[in-house]
Amino acid sequence: MEPIISVRHLRKSFGSHTVLGDVSIDINSREVVVVIGPSGSGKSTFLRCLNLLEQPQGGEIVIEGVNLMDKKTRINEVRTEVGMVFQQFNLFPHKKVIENIMLAPIQVRKWPEEQARHKALELLKKVGLAEKAEVYPASLSGGQAQRVAIARALAMEPKIMLFDEPTSALDPEMVGEVLAVMKDLAREGMTMVVVTHEMGFAREVGDRVLFMEQGAIVEEGPPEALFGNPQHVRTREFLSKVL
Amino acid sequence: MDFNFDIIWGYLPLFLRGTLYTIGFSIASIVLGSILGLGIGFGRMLKNPLWRWPFDVYVNIFRGTPLYVQILIVHFGLVPLFYGSTNALISGVVALSLNSAAYAAEIFRAGIQSVDSGQREAALSLGMTRRQSMRFVVLPQAIKRMVPAFGNEFIVLVKDSSLLALVAAPEIMYWGNTMKGQYMRIWEPYLTAAVIYFILTYSLNKLLAYIERRM
Ligand SMILES: Nc1ncnc2c1ncn2[C@@H]1O[C@H](COP(=O)(O)OP(=O)(O)O)[C@@H](O)[C@H]1O
Ligand SMILES: [Mg+2]
Repeated sequence: MEPIISVRHLRKSFGSHTVLGDVSIDINSREVVVVIGPSGSGKSTFLRCLNLLEQPQGGEIVIEGVNLMDKKTRINEVRTEVGMVFQQFNLFPHKKVIENIMLAPIQVRKWPEEQARHKALELLKKVGLAEKAEVYPASLSGGQAQRVAIARALAMEPKIMLFDEPTSALDPEMVGEVLAVMKDLAREGMTMVVVTHEMGFAREVGDRVLFMEQGAIVEEGPPEALFGNPQHVRTREFLSKVL
Repeated sequence: MDFNFDIIWGYLPLFLRGTLYTIGFSIASIVLGSILGLGIGFGRMLKNPLWRWPFDVYVNIFRGTPLYVQILIVHFGLVPLFYGSTNALISGVVALSLNSAAYAAEIFRAGIQSVDSGQREAALSLGMTRRQSMRFVVLPQAIKRMVPAFGNEFIVLVKDSSLLALVAAPEIMYWGNTMKGQYMRIWEPYLTAAVIYFILTYSLNKLLAYIERRM
């Protein structure tokens, strides 16, 4: 089976500071890949290269057969298939919750307003926030805001979802409600790449866990193997600190 | 000091007409200056320094030279060149607009750059083009934050438009000078002008505070 995401020799630096050295990985459709690693190891940068929010200096990223590094590739079309959820939610504060969700389907997919509204309400119900449709994001709790952000990304009906520490900015009591939505998504077969410190989530939902350090994938494997019997001393050191 | 209210009374209709001109110059210049300034502001955000250069030069020139000089150059240089003869109304609007465009460009640039980059990234990640993310996500938030600065710029324009008396544009200060010339008096014409400017800027300040509270 063709991988849905194929990364080869990805290199990214900011000025003279190399953040990703030479990253290669294949991710299959319907797979849930969890990325762990210490702060500053390049997890966010890796994720952001996958939808070209960061422009890599070298290597190849192929998503559904489309090479992102090809100058002719229309990146905004690729992005419609690759949803992203940010640590800081990044909801649009000047738009109501439902307008946050409807904006891209209307402007990008050119859906009629009614269809977009229908889809948005359906998604709000799915994340348990149907009653919040007409409020502004400022009145939401962190957990609610992040669930709206997930709904907003899902409204484009993406094939892949990228999550960059989606629960790190949340009060502990709200982490569960966001993880629950993500678990539902995984169960439905969404292809997901998730950067997180939630090891419980990684164990329960992850098909594969990547351990990153200093811009490289040090070790990867199914959660039982990586958590139960890590091969690299680096991995062991990191896990002993977070588990 | 004797203060002659009668001559003020006599000039009042002219001062009121002058006030309308002052307001007209200010509104026309803030509108035209903002439109021009939006383009220049975007120009100053270009990544390529070569493309950005002319916009930087524009802003630096207009902010780095006195409006007084700009008005004279526009009135006696530019307007005759393009229009054939001098015309104080055209000169007034052109000079103030060109000048306020430089300040508006900076207001736009600062406002746009004050919007968290996560907003733009969220929009782009949804598949929006850069243009769409600017129009639907970044600009609406930026404009809200620009309102106080634009209000300020408008108040500055009201006061600075007094310099147009230089080229005999019939605004408040022009009538002040005329009155002084006719009666050879200092206090009556200049205090009258000062009071009218103060009433204008004070009301604008109040209006602005009200608008900001409502936002
Ligand atoms: N826009 C940027 N400009 C300069 N350096 C950056 C930028 N973004 C990230 N970095 C650097 O790249 C490294 C990896 O960052 P990041 O990918 O955010 O790590 P992680 O998500 O694993 O904490 C860090 O050293 C960080 O300082
Ligand atoms: Mg990060």
